[in-house]
Order: sequence, then C-alpha cells, then structure tokens
Amino acid sequence: MTTTDTRPEAPAATPRGPGWGSFLIGLLRGLWRQLTSMRTALVLLFLLAVASIPGSVLPQSNVAIEAVQQYYRDHPKLAPWIERVDGFDVFGSPWFAAIYLLLFTSLIGCVIPRLRDHYRAIRSVPPKVPARLDKLPQHLSVADHDGDVEQIAAALRKRRWRVVVRDDTVSAEKGYLKETGNLVFHFSLMAVLVAVALGSWYGWHGNRILVAGKDTSFCNSLQQYDEAKLGPRVDEGRLPPFCVTLDDFTASYQTSGQPKEFRASVTVEGDGPTRTADFSVNAPLRLDGASVYLLGHGYAPILRYTDRFGKTQTKEGPFLSEDEMQTSTGAISFPDANVDPATGRRDPSLQMGFDGIYLPTAPDQAPFVRSRFPAENNPALLLTAYRGNLGLDAGIPSSVYRLDQRQIDAGRLKPVGEGKLLKPGETWTLDDGSTVQFVGTKEYATLSVRHDPGQGIALVAAVLALGGLMGSLFGKRRRVFFRLTTPSPTSSSRLLEAGGLPRTDYPGFAEEFASTVAAVREKT
Amino acid sequence: MAALSDALLVVAMLGYLVAMICYAAVYAFGERGVVARVATRELVGAGGPPVVVDESVPAPRPARSRWAGLAGAVVLVVAGIAQIGSLIFRGVAGDRLPWGNMYEYVLAATSVAAVAWIVVMVRRPALRHLGLYVALTQVILLGVAALFLYVPVGPLVPALDSYWLAIHVTAVAISSGIFLIGFVPAGLFLIRSGWDKGRAGFPFSLGERLPAAAVLERLSFRLHAFAFPIWTFGALIAGPIWAEAAWGRYWGWDPKEVWAFISWIVYAGYLHARATPSVKQTTATWIAVLGFLTMLMNLFGVNIFFTGLHSYGGL
Repeated sequence: MTTTDTRPEAPAATPRGPGWGSFLIGLLRGLWRQLTSMRTALVLLFLLAVASIPGSVLPQSNVAIEAVQQYYRDHPKLAPWIERVDGFDVFGSPWFAAIYLLLFTSLIGCVIPRLRDHYRAIRSVPPKVPARLDKLPQHLSVADHDGDVEQIAAALRKRRWRVVVRDDTVSAEKGYLKETGNLVFHFSLMAVLVAVALGSWYGWHGNRILVAGKDTSFCNSLQQYDEAKLGPRVDEGRLPPFCVTLDDFTASYQTSGQPKEFRASVTVEGDGPTRTADFSVNAPLRLDGASVYLLGHGYAPILRYTDRFGKTQTKEGPFLSEDEMQTSTGAISFPDANVDPATGRRDPSLQMGFDGIYLPTAPDQAPFVRSRFPAENNPALLLTAYRGNLGLDAGIPSSVYRLDQRQIDAGRLKPVGEGKLLKPGETWTLDDGSTVQFVGTKEYATLSVRHDPGQGIALVAAVLALGGLMGSLFGKRRRVFFRLTTPSPTSSSRLLEAGGLPRTDYPGFAEEFASTVAAVREKT
Repeated sequence: MAALSDALLVVAMLGYLVAMICYAAVYAFGERGVVARVATRELVGAGGPPVVVDESVPAPRPARSRWAGLAGAVVLVVAGIAQIGSLIFRGVAGDRLPWGNMYEYVLAATSVAAVAWIVVMVRRPALRHLGLYVALTQVILLGVAALFLYVPVGPLVPALDSYWLAIHVTAVAISSGIFLIGFVPAGLFLIRSGWDKGRAGFPFSLGERLPAAAVLERLSFRLHAFAFPIWTFGALIAGPIWAEAAWGRYWGWDPKEVWAFISWIVYAGYLHARATPSVKQTTATWIAVLGFLTMLMNLFGVNIFFTGLHSYGGL
C-alpha cells in the first residue's frame, strides 16, 4: 500500500536455464509484485469494507448471542448455513482474517522497501543543481546579486531546508516529514493489529448479574460468571483475586422514564485493602489487572415459599428487563420443595416453579403487562405457579430466567390455578395449602469484568498513526536550487538563478518559492 | 428557548431555499448562464479563456445576475447563522451539548457543513455559485431531520453523560460536516468530467455551468484530506477510548462501529487512489462519493435498521 505508485520495478527473474526452480521463483516473484501493488492493496481494502457489511447486518454471537438465537428461531433453515460460513462471527472468521492478513502482507511488502528508500533519502544530500533551471516549474533570475553561495545556504538553513553547496550552486530540499509520516502511519497500523492480537491472546472477560447484598457477592473466578471468555494464553488460576459486593444501586429517572443516572456502590476485597467504591456507566471501577463496567441494572424479586409440609425457603431471581420501563420477566424455582420430612425423599413431581412479570410501577387496573415507570412506584408481581418436574436433573442446560418450556409442553410441569398479582408483602395460598409470599425486590447490576493488555498499545499506535497521517497528508516534499554565475570577469555583481521543484502535489508552491527567493536576497 | 431553536431552524431552511432560487437565477442569467452563452461564440469554463462576445448580439448585462449571486451568498450565510443559532439555543434549552440524539446530530453536522462552506466561499469566491448544490444538500438533510427525527429537548441519557460526548461526537460531527461539503464538489466533478467527455444527458448537462474539473477535484480532495484525520480521531481514537470506559472494550463491532470502520476504509482508499497516478481521477472521486454514501448509511441506515449500542437516535 503506497501513496505514490513509484516503487522501482522488481528485476525480472534471472533465467537459469529451463527448470521448475526458476519457473517457481519467477511465479512467486510475480505474485509478490502483484500482491504488493497499489491496485491489489486497494482491492483488498475494498474487500475488507465489503466483508464487514454482513457483520452489521447479521447478529454477531460475540456482541448479542440472544439475537443469534432469535435468528435461529426465526430462520431455522437459513441459520445453519450462515453459521457454516461464519456469518455470526464475521470478524473472527477465517475469510475475514484472510483479507486483512493479505492486506497487511501487501502493506509490509510495500512499506519495508519504502522504509529502506526513505532511510537512504534522509541520509543522502540534495541532488546536483540541474543544468537548465528555467525548465523547472518555478524559475527566477536576478541580474545584480551580490552575495555568495554561503550566504544563500545560511538563509535556507535558517528556514529549515536541508542544504548542500557545490561550487557556485546550492541545492536544498525540504518536507521529508511527508514520507516519514506516511511510514509512521502504516507501521502504526501494523502495531494496532499486533495490539488487537495481544488483547485476544492475553485478555479475558466475564459478565454476570450481581444482586445487591452480602450473601450474593461474587469473586473473580470463572465459575462465578454467567458468561466468560479467556484468551488462549490466559491461565484460569491466575485471574486477579478480588471479590465484589453490591451494597447499593441508585437509579434516577426523568418523569418521562428516561434514565438520568445509574450508580453502583460496592465493597471490594482482595484488591489491596478492603474498600468501598462507587462507579457508574461511564466511569468503570478500575482494579489491579481488571476493570469492572456497569452495563445495566434490573430487579430481582424475592419469593418466600412455604411448602405443604410447612418448610419455608426464600429465593430471589433476577428478572430481565424487557423495555425501557423495566417491565421484567423471569422465573424462580424451588427444586427442593415438598420434600417429605418423614422419608426425606424428594418427589420430582412436586417441585415448584414460578414465572412472572415484574412491574416496578404497575398500572392501576388490568391489564398488568407493562410497567409505566422504571422506578418502583407501585411494584407488583404477576406470578404463575407451576408444580411438577422442573427438568433440572436432565442435564440439559437451561436458562435460569425461564422455566423449562419442554417440561411444560410435555405436561410434566403443570400450572397451578390462574396467575396472581401480588404486591410486596402479599401472600398467595395455593390449592395444596402451600403459600408463596412476594417479599420484595433487590436491585441487581449487570457487570462486565474485563482485562485487555493490548488496549494501551492500540491507543499509542492509533495516536502515532494519526500523527503520521497528518504528516503524510499535509507534508510537502520540494526542492529549490540556486546558481550564481558571473556574466563577465570584470563585473562585481553576479547573476542569481533560482529554480523550484515541488516533488508532491503542492498548489501553494509558487508563493513559497517566491518568498524563499526573497528571503535569500534579503539576507545578502 | 426550545421554541426559538425550532423557529430558527425554519428560518434556516427557508433561507437555504431562497439561496437556491438566487443561485438558480445566477445559473440562468449569469455570465456563464444560459442567456449569456447564447450570446457568446465560445464555450467557456472557469479558468478557461476569457469570454469572446459576438459583437452583433448584444450581451445581457451581468449586473442583475451579480446581484442575485451576492444575494444568494448573503442569504446562505444568514441561513447558516440561523442554523447554528438553532443548534445553540437547543443546547441552551437542554443545558447540555446539543448533540445527544439523531436530530441534534444532523443539525450539528450540517451546521459544521455550513461553516465549512462559508470558509470555502470566502477563500474561493469563484466557486460561490456552487452554493446552489450546498443549499440543496442542506435543505434535504434538515428537512429529513425536522420531519422524521425531531424529538423534544430533553436531558442526556446516562450512557451519554460523559465529557467524551464533547470530544467524540464533536469530532465526528465536524468531520461528517466537512465530508458533506467535500461530497458536493466530488459529485460535481464527476458531472463536469462527464460533460468534458461529451456526455450531454442529465445530470451531465449541468456540467457546462460548473467550474473546471480540476478545480472541483482539487477542492474535493482538500476537504476530504482535512476531514479524514478528524474522522480518524473522532471515530477511531476518541470513540474507542469512550467505548472502553462505557462498555468495557475499545472496539466491539457494534453496527455503528462497523460502518465507521467501513467509511474510514473507503476514504482511506480514496486518498490512496488519488495519490496513485495509475488510478483515474474519476475512479478515485467515485470512491469519495461512495465514502459519503457509507456515512449516510451509518447515520440513517444503522439507526433505523439495526439495534446496537449506539441506539441513542430517539427513533
């Protein structure tokens, strides 16, 4: 990838007589030249852009796994085919990697020779003054000049030209920054790629829902996350050892229900001395070796179930928010309910499960399906009870946010009575005399815990790339030449000829040339 | 204050319409306009040889068209000021930076475009009559914003409540506005160079009243070259820094990020293509036009069709 397509032609493969070896070398050289050409780089650049489009059109499993699952439900025939071509993981797919790796190979093949050329250019002196200065784009002659070449050179040096004096001529060049910036830009892009690779090898992240309260605190180990991903070079046992307890969660809202502020107050243990800290949406909690980000929040209703044998259990379950008003759905299961105290035997047909809709601000009358405000102004829980086999022993992973639909469909888990709307503190007595009380709710926070060792490098590289980019866009390589000639041996004043050559696109060069010549004349 | 902001927007849109009419008059009756050309022997482009007037046909006096051009420029500036005023009072009404939703973002980006165009007008008076196309683009974008995107003034959602709003969104809006102003001469260059190659149908027929292709091409390149580093900073440096603080990762292929990346690649492709002598200038400029289409896709398409983390559009 070059900004000017003026790289020297690679020498053709020297014929070494007939043979596969020379043919192969020739072929490889041809391919390499093709790959490192500007045209190929442009094509690859466009392929990269086009290849990114499906990543925005199709749901991506690393961004929104639920959306991918939904896509599977909506398009059961098409989805497996998309999966086969990595359509749900475009940016981690081999074909996407192939494009950017080819692009970067092309880039390396282009900038390495340019680095060598530029290094030589920086160390070399400006070329000899051309014989015919009047052939240059800029040209000027002054008849009665009475300074010498050294004075011209001094004036140019003062204006930060690189100057060389040869006999009665001065050659000067300026604007090496353009190519320097160009190279810095392209090498920085490679550094960004390296940083991204480092981040994916040595980085890790985990997400979890953290319910407020001491007994629901979580510690940084893989088992404690709802979803986690470690880079291939991360040792699971060496994750930084800290524990976080959500003490309090504050949310405030506009009257329209639009959120105004979210703030999580936590106690952190294991990261230095135990301390409390607050963090919010744009201000993550920075710990040693990880950061904790607040992604969302919701309510976890608490149910107290007293079974037919009089045994009471209390459980809470985080409900997932369905809309901006925090209408939330979820489920709470009591697999150990109705264990006969006489036999101690668990009856799998008497397990209890509840699913429900939680409305932080319920409307005054039915239908009770949508919350009217995200804060808990008139909380109510619309609960449906199920009795039967919860299906937890089948070993099939199931969501904690809903009861197992397969069990319900198969009739192994049966609804008990109609749904019931409960206010905090209210109790519902079921047909078998057992009771369920809606105790209240706890707040929960959705947290993401992350570590990416590449991000600092990526930032530095990106800033360097930007600096290089500006140099390469706004820098201008140009040369000026001066020659002093003596028209006749008798005259004391001499003829000054000046010529200017912009080596890159530079519309303002005429003005600069004029002012440079003027400065040279003033000085002398 | 909110009502004042809305009223100023109406003033700005009306102003752009009036400016369009003025410039249309310049095109029709100006020195290079239809009537003038009937009276000239030679076809003339900006920077070309001077007009040779056939003595037998009396030339129309250019005074009226000059007045129309001047009026167009003045009205355009007034419209731009009204537009910026609308943006400012929107900010005063909400007591915050006025680019917190899609309506405000379009208003901010087009305000930048207005400023950028005024700068171009001052520095290149010869190109002033291109204001017709700038006003047209402005009216379309402002109309879309007012009709489909309008939301009442409100406070920021917590996710946007960060000083990075001032940095990231400002930089992105500035570069978008300049890309917009760069897009106008890019499109006109393609029309003009089509005309130069002898294509006569619409829209190439507009070409004969446009400045020389090289002038348009150069202006387009300079605007793009100016906007590109700002875009790089806003979308690919400041954006990721904020994303890291807000979402935990600096780059996560959110639809908005994907399209920002695509725009960056396409504009990078344009800058490379333009610097490569073997690539035709029309090809390079097509890439710039494509770049602006990806910007539009990112602004409208992504907000309307996709849900992602950047869903603050208020749609």
